[in-house]
Amino acid sequence: MSDTMQTQVACFHCGEECHNNPVMMAEKIFCCEGCKLVYEILHQNNLCEYYDLNAQPGVNQRMQVRRDKFAFLEDEKVQQHLIQFKDEEQVHVTFYLPQIHCSSCLWLLENLHKLNHGVQRVTVNFSKKEARIIYGIKTTSLRAVAEVLTSIGYEPYISLNDMKEKKPKVQRKLVYQLGVAGFCFGNIMLLSFPEYFSGSGHTDVAMNRMFQYMNLALSLPVFFYSAQAFYKSAWGGLKHGFLNIDVPIVLAIVVTFIRSLTEVAAGNSGYFDSMTGIVFFMLIGRILQEKTYQGLSFDRDYTSYFPIAVSVIKEGTPVPTTLPDIHTNDTLLIHHQELIPADGIISRGEALIDYSFVTGEAAPVKKSVGEIVYAGGRQMGGNIEVLTIKEVAQSYLTSLWNRDELQKKNDSSTSFVHLLSQYFTWVVLLIAVVTAAVWAVNDPARIWPSVTAILIIACPCALLLASSFTNGHILRILSRHKLYLRNAQSIENLANTTHIVFDKTGTLTGKSGTEVRYFGSTLSPIQEMMISSLAAHSTHPLSNAINNYCGNSSSYTVREFKESEGNGISGWIENQYIRMGSAEFVGIQPKENHDGSIVYVGINEKPVGLFTVRNGYRPGIRSMLENIRNYYNLSVLSGDNTREAASLRILMGNSATLHFEQKPADKLDYIIQLQQHGEKVLMIGDGLNDAGALRQSDIGISVAESTNNFTPASDGIIEAQQLKMLPAFIRLCKANKHIVIISFIMSLAYNITGLYFAVQGILSPLVAAILMPASSISIILLTYSMSEIYGKRLSDKNHV
Amino acid sequence: MGVIILLLGASLTVALGFLAAFIWSVKHGQFEDDFSPAHRILFEEKNTNNND
Repeated sequence: MSDTMQTQVACFHCGEECHNNPVMMAEKIFCCEGCKLVYEILHQNNLCEYYDLNAQPGVNQRMQVRRDKFAFLEDEKVQQHLIQFKDEEQVHVTFYLPQIHCSSCLWLLENLHKLNHGVQRVTVNFSKKEARIIYGIKTTSLRAVAEVLTSIGYEPYISLNDMKEKKPKVQRKLVYQLGVAGFCFGNIMLLSFPEYFSGSGHTDVAMNRMFQYMNLALSLPVFFYSAQAFYKSAWGGLKHGFLNIDVPIVLAIVVTFIRSLTEVAAGNSGYFDSMTGIVFFMLIGRILQEKTYQGLSFDRDYTSYFPIAVSVIKEGTPVPTTLPDIHTNDTLLIHHQELIPADGIISRGEALIDYSFVTGEAAPVKKSVGEIVYAGGRQMGGNIEVLTIKEVAQSYLTSLWNRDELQKKNDSSTSFVHLLSQYFTWVVLLIAVVTAAVWAVNDPARIWPSVTAILIIACPCALLLASSFTNGHILRILSRHKLYLRNAQSIENLANTTHIVFDKTGTLTGKSGTEVRYFGSTLSPIQEMMISSLAAHSTHPLSNAINNYCGNSSSYTVREFKESEGNGISGWIENQYIRMGSAEFVGIQPKENHDGSIVYVGINEKPVGLFTVRNGYRPGIRSMLENIRNYYNLSVLSGDNTREAASLRILMGNSATLHFEQKPADKLDYIIQLQQHGEKVLMIGDGLNDAGALRQSDIGISVAESTNNFTPASDGIIEAQQLKMLPAFIRLCKANKHIVIISFIMSLAYNITGLYFAVQGILSPLVAAILMPASSISIILLTYSMSEIYGKRLSDKNHV
Repeated sequence: MGVIILLLGASLTVALGFLAAFIWSVKHGQFEDDFSPAHRILFEEKNTNNND
């Protein structure tokens, strides 16, 4: 057939395939009216350079945005929260535009003034996906700016989270401290060179003296400013009665500084070079370890999902109202594609609610007047009115965040590095005491130099360096494989996991990997094409799945296409009247014993058969589970009913625990229960309903279809197709510990060499100056190469 | 020896200059977004000058 030869055409605007009746304009092909509309706007305003910078730079516009969506931006109160600066002339506002992805976006947004003359200046921060917009207060409005952005495909994402006061500022102090330490360290090294070679007789006593004072002066900013990060952490540890690794390090820094002061006073050179060097290296390690992923957020709670305002019907007219101002017994007007912000009862309209946000289940649920709808659902049909029965903060989903278990973040987990450093500290103190005792008997004058030298040389900075550099590398290697962990502690928690809990829908099963089956009288190829043509007219996920199943070979024109929200679609093709949708809609008896969502098909008033659509398991999940069930206890918590229990049992193995019909609170309680049995729980989930469990677990990882998607608060974010790599990731995290220990043993060799000199009280600044940087650099190199080797294994596995 | 002190002063001043430059650049967010400035400079027309 000639139709199957048809090549796929990519939309000129967004680059997606134009399945059926593409929209043509000026020899350009678009997949939908929305994309064409954006092109028209840009074309009229001479902004087509947008398409020259990158091919098909747009974002698909099939989902139309409601016209009055941004009416709430006219509300004074909402404006107050969004606007950063305002005077009589201009307003500064920053919008989060998640669609930003290429240089075309950058160019177009910064030329926004050509589309709205009131806009004075737009500055895009690409990595944060934010646009800072300055506009004239007399010439345009906040709403108009948001609408012009929406019209070109960059709809601002405004959520309840924007109502919160003050976002945390970027922490730059550590970087300044590093800069200062680097400056001082470099110059002290330079000034110390004459001292290192003073043995060979090329010295000038007066000049050396001056160098010593300059070194002292240069060490002051390091001691009082750069090292603050360590003082703070050590003090914090001591206050909680816990000897963390920073305590002996601070001890060493302080002792080195005081010893150096006395040395300079006595006319000798101090150990300023070693002290500043070690602070410098440790700061690098700390920064490497605390590197954050811009554009990824690990702290999202429900406020990031909820809109900032909804329409409340007051005396018959909808008024935009901010969420905290919604009270019980208010009537909310929820439009197509809007989120229901509070629990309520439907008072008008037919609801078709997509709870995928909450449960991960893609198929929408039908609700009629009088039924309760929960906050977090997205209305998919026409407009509905909801009478609120609870305020936003008290709603079923949101109240989960107020539970006591989640308020206090469990900080009981401490790194093995801290424990190791404790033993180390005691051993060092013991050596110091013994040395002091020995010299007290033999030569009391040497107590002070030898004891201080021991404390200097035995500072566990090598251990800290080893752990922070290894952690930093491992985090980077993991992020290369699309697993983004929140911090270094997460590596260790992942390595210590004993029990893995999975969510089912959206985690084990994909949102995109749908499995379609057909039951009924056999369809002829022509009928398949007709069904496909009809389904292609609808944007409903089920229609998409069926269209794919029927080969995407839509070539027929559909006349009188009708879409009845929540029921089905119908249309005429070549004298055939085709209907697809619910049993009611097609006019046949519903059949119960099928999995997943069911779509019935009728041709010319005659029932033909039915499609079942359900989410398939993600590729690679099966073998991954077969692998890990030998090493870990597994559980599955599913919000669904038990219809897939049998297939899940085969997948998970006999020893796994399966729980169905789990509410968010049940999931949280299950995690607590496991933890009470001493299990270290790794929770992997994706929806808001897993959010409580993700927070409570020892390490919670949320699955994202793409990193642009929103994920609930967690310790890590993994891209969905990488979930199959989980066992390898855990192995890498375990290797992390080995690398630290090996590096530590190597650093011990340096320490023992140093101690050999120190106990005799003959540690010269030269020996210290060589030992310190040498041990630091070799440890950095060692951890780097070892983590790369382990990381390499990961990549090899990835390609198999 | 005098010349060494002079050189020392000069080198420290230069180094301080670099330190100040570094702190200034961090403060002004030059390390925050490594994409926009690099691409912005390649666009044909200046978009800041023609606010009609």
